[in-house]
Amino acid sequence: MISRESRDILYNGLWKQNPGIVQILGLCPLLAISSNVVNALSLGLATTLVMAVSSGSVAVIRNVIPHEIRIPAFVLIIAALVTVVELAMHAWVHALYVVLGVFLPLITTNCIVLARVEAFASKRSTAHSMLDATAMGLGLTGVLVSLGAMREIVGKGTLFSGIDLALGPMAKGWVIPVIPDYHGLLLAILPPGAFIGLGLLIALRNVLQERGSR
Amino acid sequence: MNGSPYILSENNSVTVVMLKVLAALIPGVIAQVWFFGPGILVSLSLCALFAIGFEAFILLMRGIPLKPFLSDGSVLLTACLLALAMPTLAPWWLYLVGVFFAVVVAKHLYGGLGQNLFNPAMVGYAALIVSFPVYMTQWAAPVGVAHVTPNLWEAFDLVFAGGGSISPDAYTSATVLDTWKTQVRQGLGAAEILGQPIFGRAGGRGQEIVALMYLGGGLLLVSNRLATWHIPFAFLAGIAATAGVLHLVEPARHAGPLFHLLSGGAMLGAFFIATDPVTAASTPLGKLIYAGLAGFLTVIIRAYGGYPDGVAFAVLLMNVAVPFIDAYTQPRVFGHKHGGKRGKP
Repeated sequence: MISRESRDILYNGLWKQNPGIVQILGLCPLLAISSNVVNALSLGLATTLVMAVSSGSVAVIRNVIPHEIRIPAFVLIIAALVTVVELAMHAWVHALYVVLGVFLPLITTNCIVLARVEAFASKRSTAHSMLDATAMGLGLTGVLVSLGAMREIVGKGTLFSGIDLALGPMAKGWVIPVIPDYHGLLLAILPPGAFIGLGLLIALRNVLQERGSR
Repeated sequence: MNGSPYILSENNSVTVVMLKVLAALIPGVIAQVWFFGPGILVSLSLCALFAIGFEAFILLMRGIPLKPFLSDGSVLLTACLLALAMPTLAPWWLYLVGVFFAVVVAKHLYGGLGQNLFNPAMVGYAALIVSFPVYMTQWAAPVGVAHVTPNLWEAFDLVFAGGGSISPDAYTSATVLDTWKTQVRQGLGAAEILGQPIFGRAGGRGQEIVALMYLGGGLLLVSNRLATWHIPFAFLAGIAATAGVLHLVEPARHAGPLFHLLSGGAMLGAFFIATDPVTAASTPLGKLIYAGLAGFLTVIIRAYGGYPDGVAFAVLLMNVAVPFIDAYTQPRVFGHKHGGKRGKP
C-alpha cells in the first residue's frame, strides 16, 4: 500500500504545488517549447528523468556534501545527468534533438530541478526524493502538454504534429487534424500565445481549486 | 474620462464622452465611404455587433450588471477604432478574432473598463497583423484605381461568403506605406514610386483626405476639451520630426514628414487612439513624452520594421512605459517643493 506521506508527495507535485501553474517555476522552457504537444511532452519527460535521477543521487550523498558548497555540487550532478540525456537523445532521436535545440542543455539551469534538489532531496530519504522529483516533473509535463495542446489546436488545428520526429517515420500518419481546413492563428504559436495560454491555465486551476475547497 | 479640472466638465459622463468621440469619427467615415466604397460600413457594424456580444457575455460571466456597462459606449468606441484600423472587405471571422482580442483579452482579462494596461483596439490589431499578415495587408483600393468597387450588397457578400467570382486583386491593393517600403527595397526611386495611381498629392489617394477628416474631427475633440492638445500635438510632432530627419539624411529611402502624417494610422492614432484616457499618460509633461516617443517609434517601425504601419506597436510599447512616465512626471503640488515627493503625489 502507498503510504500517506507518499500520497502527499504525489498530490503536492501533481496539483497542490504544481511547478508550472502554482510555483510558476521553469517558465523558460515551458513557454518556449510548448508550441506543440510532441515537443512539450518530449522536453517534459526529459526534464522529469533528469529531476528523478538527480534528486535520487543527491539524496544518497546528502550527508557527505559539505553544506557550504552544496549548490555547486548539486549543479555538477545535474549538469552531468543532463549531458547523459542530451547525448542519448542525440544518438537515438536525433530529429527531436535538433528541434529541442538549446532547451535540452538548458535543463541544467531550469530552476525547478535545482529547487527540488535543494528544498527536498537534500533533506529527505532517497525513495521519497525520487518520488517527489518524479511527481513534480510529471506535474510540469502535464502543464507543458496541456499548454502545447492548446497552442497547437488553436494555432495549427492539429494534434501531435511532428510525432515522427520522436517515434520515427512510421508515426507520420498519426497526426490528428482536429479542425480541418483551418487557417491557423499564428499568435498562439508565437510567444504571446504561450503567455496567454499559461495565464488561462493558471486561471482554470484557481477556479477548480476554489470550487473544490468550497 | 476627461481632461482635468473635472469641476468644469458638466454632464460629461463616460457615455456622453464616448458618444462625442464617436461623432468626431463620422467625417472620416464619410470620406472613407466616398473614396473607398461602402465596405467600411459593413466592417464597422460587424465589429460593433461582435463587441457588444463579447462584452455582454463577459459581463454575464463576471456577474456584473449589463445595462450600465453595455450602454456606456466604451466598447462601441473600441470596436469602431478597431474597424477603422483594419482593412475593409476582409472575411467576417477576421473581425470576430480582432474584437475577441480587443474586448475579451485586452479589456476584460485585465479587469474591465479603466483597468486595462494596453489600448484594446490596438491589441486587437496587433494580434491580427501578427497572426494573419496576408488578410491584414489587403486594403480596399481607392475608387478610380480599383477595377471594381463593391457596393453595399457585394461588400456583405465578400465579408460573409468570400465573394466567389471576384478576385481580391480586383478591389484591393497594398497601402501606400507598404508599397513605399517594398519598392524602396527593390531599388525604385522616390519619384517613380510616388507617381503610381494609389499615391495622391501627399499621402495615399483618398487616404490623405480621410486623414484630414480625422484631423478635423480630432481638432473638434480638443476644442471641446474632450482631449488635451498634448498627446495629438506631441504624437504628430514626433512623427514629423523623426520623418523629417530621416528624409533629410536619406531622401531616397525615407519619405517626407507630410507623407508620414497623412498615411496609415497616423491621424487616427494621434487623436483617437493614443489619447485613450485609460492607457495614456496622465500628467501634462508625461503626455508629451508618451506621445512624442510613440510618434518617434511609429516612424522608426515604418522605416525599419517588418510591418507596414507602426502606430499600433508604437502605442502598445508606450502603454507599457506609462506607469513609469507618470511616476516621474508628477507636477509640483501647491505648497510642496518640486521633486519633494517623487512618485507619491
